[in-house]
Amino acid sequence: MMETSRRTFLQMAGIAAVGLSAKPVLDAFAAEHGGAEALPSVKPGPDGLKAKQWAMVIDTRKIKSSKDLEPMIEACHKMHNVPHFADKHHEIKWIWEEEYKHAFPTDVAKFMDERLERIPFLVLCNHCENPPCVRACPTQATFKRPSDGIVMMDFHRCIGCRFCMAACPYGARSFNFQDPRPFIKESNREFPTRMKGVVEKCNFCAERIAVGKQPVCVEVSKGILTFGDLYDPNSAVRALLKENFTIRRKQNLGTEPSVYYIV
Amino acid sequence: MLELAIQGSKKYFGWIIALLVVIGIAFGIYRFQLAFGLGITGMSRDVSWGFYIAQFTFLVGVAAGGVMVVTPYYLHNYKAFGKITILGEFLAISAITMCLLFITVDLGQPMRMLNVLLYPTPNSVLFWDMIVLNGYLFLNIVIGWNVLEAERNDTHYPGWVKPLIYISIPWAVGIHTVTAYLYCGLPGRGFWLTAILAPRFLASAFAAGPALLILLCLFIRKVTKFDPGTEQIQSLAKIVAYAICLNVFFFLCEVFVVFYSQIPEHMDHLKYLFVGLHGHGNLVGWMWTSMALMLVGIILMVNPFTRKNEPSLIVGCVVIFAGTWIDKGLGMISGGFVPSPLHHVTEYAPTMPEIGITLGVYAAGFLVLTLLFKMAIGVKEEVRA
Repeated sequence: MMETSRRTFLQMAGIAAVGLSAKPVLDAFAAEHGGAEALPSVKPGPDGLKAKQWAMVIDTRKIKSSKDLEPMIEACHKMHNVPHFADKHHEIKWIWEEEYKHAFPTDVAKFMDERLERIPFLVLCNHCENPPCVRACPTQATFKRPSDGIVMMDFHRCIGCRFCMAACPYGARSFNFQDPRPFIKESNREFPTRMKGVVEKCNFCAERIAVGKQPVCVEVSKGILTFGDLYDPNSAVRALLKENFTIRRKQNLGTEPSVYYIV
Repeated sequence: MLELAIQGSKKYFGWIIALLVVIGIAFGIYRFQLAFGLGITGMSRDVSWGFYIAQFTFLVGVAAGGVMVVTPYYLHNYKAFGKITILGEFLAISAITMCLLFITVDLGQPMRMLNVLLYPTPNSVLFWDMIVLNGYLFLNIVIGWNVLEAERNDTHYPGWVKPLIYISIPWAVGIHTVTAYLYCGLPGRGFWLTAILAPRFLASAFAAGPALLILLCLFIRKVTKFDPGTEQIQSLAKIVAYAICLNVFFFLCEVFVVFYSQIPEHMDHLKYLFVGLHGHGNLVGWMWTSMALMLVGIILMVNPFTRKNEPSLIVGCVVIFAGTWIDKGLGMISGGFVPSPLHHVTEYAPTMPEIGITLGVYAAGFLVLTLLFKMAIGVKEEVRA
């Protein structure tokens, strides 16, 4: 009995010793082989905002016309060096407006609320909790950030197979059919420009969250947009969700979009 | 055996040179695409896969069709097919070569292609498609080469080839199943979101692949001293007859489910393809042509008189190949993207450079096919002499 337990102790101690000394090696190995550490992302600064899952609430009651949405679209596209192509086929857009019947094509009523039929809807990447694009990507160039649920793009790893575009049921992804750089009016030097042949989309302003700022669209939205942690019962988005009826795009597909619309 | 591929008549070399010229021109256009980007194609934000991926999908079928000669011979000991199994395997090699080339020319950043291996992602169907395609290519090269060399040396192929042959049979089914899975697991794409997509792909594969093989056999009989045999061709023709019937039946199952259920998301794609949607109908003529061709094919292949009569057999094979090509090479991919998930109708048509590159890939495939068939037939002629 004594013999057995001493042997067990020694074995455990041995394993622990090996384990402790091997941990850094294993970590490095994990990092090298696509472990969470290796995933390229914006490193949060000391003031960075934190959340379990970032979410956005869009209060469509405050939208009267396209004029209300323009500043948000413009600010986002300017900040992220989104090029402007005249050819609709090659269009790149991170956030844009759609009519209700296109934003919610499966939830169109025959006789609709006149206001909803008329006003523009703001659409963007939904940063789904169960994102089909991440499932489809063969290189992990698009991935869901474990720290806060943002679906990110690694422009340097993307091979341009466009499988994610086929997988996204919200048309949220754009592809650089040609070099976008000549089509950027004023380049923002604080955010990278892209090259041809890669996919891109909204990143919930991960680079701003990292330094404690709200997404730029939210900042200029005059209260139309609210951003916060979906799983923090005290967050601003939860307060809105608690008091208002909200809808999400194509909820029946099970992707769990993180963008909610108050209608 | 390679030396057999570099001996031949003037006509043979003329054909090789013609293929090389087409490949050369296409390579030039591809260089342009590489420099400019995929903007030279007709693809768009809404229709983000086009002609290249459609051809890839169709040719996976041609490759999988090869299994229809391999299975009866190796699994059911149908001796007659022994004469032509090598042709089926070599046809598969050239078809897979084209598939891989089509995937390559479709990439936005082809120089990063190895990222698929550097960051293996088992949750992506594309990762598995890469594995099954390359695996099938490898299997067929090893099997084909060893079996042919054994035939030349009048010996039996080595024992270790046998398990590879058995593996290659379900593997052939696997390549087209996994390729169908690329499409049929995507949310919000009603046209592809159907469990019968993989069976449908296989049915059309088992029609198109053997139909092409019949045409190649008839051609070989005409221009070489090797006769693939009437029984062999007739057996293949029966396989084509069953497969094309199944293909049309599966399609009708789809039509029933879609239109009896009346779910708009599923109906709109078929409506776009066959009657047009919101005034857009680029593919309507093509799709009805495809249906008509497959129907004519069924009549010619099922009826024993027209199947046994060579001229009508040739017509049958051509219309089936063309019909399934339109169905998969045009309708299947574009039809899935139109209308878009936001219900916008953006139509797609390939551009001239896109068609040029496509022809180049086909020429490369035919070059591989010609060289391989030349070797196979060279060996068969030698053995007989």
